Amino acid sequence: MKNTISIGIALMLGVLPPLTFAQEKDATEAEFEKFRTEMEDSNPAELFEMKGEDIWNEKRGPKNVSLAESCDLGKGVGVVKGAYAAMPRYFADAGAVMDAERRIVWCMVEKQGFNFDDIAKKPFQGRNDTSAPDITNLVTYVAMHSKGMPFAVPLDDPKVKDAYLTGKEITKYRAGPYDFSCNTCHGVDGKRIRMQNLPNISTAAGAIKGVQGWPGYRMTGGIMLTHQWRINDCFRQQRFPEPRYASEVITDILTYMTGNANGQIYNGPGIKR
Amino acid sequence: MNTKAITLAASVSLTAALIAGACTTAMVAPDHHARALEIIKRDFKPRGQAGLDRLDADPVQAICNRTDNTPPVSIAHQMQNEQLATVAYPADGVLMGDWKKGEKLAQSGKGFTWKDKPGLPVGGNCYNCHQISPKELSFGTIGPSLFQIGKIRGNTPEMQKYVYGKIYNSKAFNLCSEMPRFGHIGALDSDQIKDLVALLLDPESPVNK
Ligand code: HEC
Ligand code: HEC
Repeated sequence: MKNTISIGIALMLGVLPPLTFAQEKDATEAEFEKFRTEMEDSNPAELFEMKGEDIWNEKRGPKNVSLAESCDLGKGVGVVKGAYAAMPRYFADAGAVMDAERRIVWCMVEKQGFNFDDIAKKPFQGRNDTSAPDITNLVTYVAMHSKGMPFAVPLDDPKVKDAYLTGKEITKYRAGPYDFSCNTCHGVDGKRIRMQNLPNISTAAGAIKGVQGWPGYRMTGGIMLTHQWRINDCFRQQRFPEPRYASEVITDILTYMTGNANGQIYNGPGIKR
Repeated sequence: MNTKAITLAASVSLTAALIAGACTTAMVAPDHHARALEIIKRDFKPRGQAGLDRLDADPVQAICNRTDNTPPVSIAHQMQNEQLATVAYPADGVLMGDWKKGEKLAQSGKGFTWKDKPGLPVGGNCYNCHQISPKELSFGTIGPSLFQIGKIRGNTPEMQKYVYGKIYNSKAFNLCSEMPRFGHIGALDSDQIKDLVALLLDPESPVNK
């Protein structure tokens, strides 16, 4: 499988004859789509999912329990089917609305006894890391089990609705040296930064583009990254300081964005540029 | 107190009054804007050059945040004029520099993120948002195309002054513009802005060929 991936990447980066901008963009996109289709049978995310499954079932942490026997993602203890597409949701035991990654971290800390700061020290895979952090593998495993299901963030729950509306306000908030908010780049249809298309996350059609394919295998670098990472990196581009890992500011944004994508089918962990 | 300080103070209190007004109307429902501010204050940590002070909205950002980027016209006018008053035009009155240097600056998007080295120089980011020279095919579309701007609108002293001012402080002409205030925040100096004016207005620049 590793071979197919590098061949795919070589194809993508292969020498292309000089083209006009539109042609070049179309060609790049066509190559990417072709690669993505070819990859569908051997999705590189599956490697991470398999690792995640092992970690989910293994007794771990100071309390020596598995997540399978202790962690409730909203569908009952240990149940992963359909959980990812129905989050963020409110968890009474934690007294908070949580997205999938935040909830799994919560279980690792509360149920298994791991130290939050240890997890938060390096929560995302870096370009030079040979493997992804456990939490990324776990999120990928859980996400895979919502493949083919519609997003169903329970917005009729007032606590979830509050998170949604707060998230909406956060995406509008302009500050920093460049006066940027999420909406500077993602607030209008059909905009681009350089050649990259920017989904308008305030619409159903744009929001699904913003949530689809996450967690995603990044072809540039060959690493696996979660939705939490995507928001973290966009705050960097926004010239803001760094959002705290697995904090409410991210959950609220994810509630807003995923809520806007409600009803549309999740295709499972995917491939990102 | 000089006159500038007085208008500034007046506008700050006006802004405050407006924000207070908006708060009262929003009190009916839980105020998600206020909640968002609390969370933003709590859930970030400084990293690299990006300190927590960056989260504080200045008066322009605050009023744009409060009004969905559409402040009442009278306030917008007054605050735009205050922003215009911050534009420092070069003493020698020369507003066009070297378009080739301007092109390099327009290409670079480096600067101000927590991964970037602190301090200057930083890039202009212009191609991230604008079509400019026809030779650069990878351009963003958040801002309007600037291709042939000099050919179409000329390079009269007034036009040069406008473009210099727009780059220095975009909010002087459109209070809630999505374009950064490059001179106002000290990202670009006067010579760099002159080079960008040349890129856009010099008849020799590829932009106007
Ligand atoms: C300065 C511009 C800028 C700002 C501000 C910004 N983003 Fe992004 N965003 C981008 C770019 C560029 C990409 C990458 C698009 C690509 O790779 O095709 C992106 C990608 C994304 C994606 C993934 C889209 C996909 O195709 O999977 C999401 C979701 C997203 N941004 C959300 C946000 C949120 C939420 C905020 C505010 C916290 C934000 N962005 C702020 C520029 C920005
Ligand atoms: C984040 C996106 C963004 C960046 C970066 C940006 N601009 Fe803009 N720019 C805009 C938008 C949006 C407008 C139109 C709205 C307005 O008038 O402010 C604009 C308007 C302008 C105008 C006025 C155009 C007219 O028709 O009057 C000029 C000139 C301009 N930009 C030059 C620049 C230059 C030079 C740079 C680089 C130093 C730059 N911009 C960087 C978004 C951007």
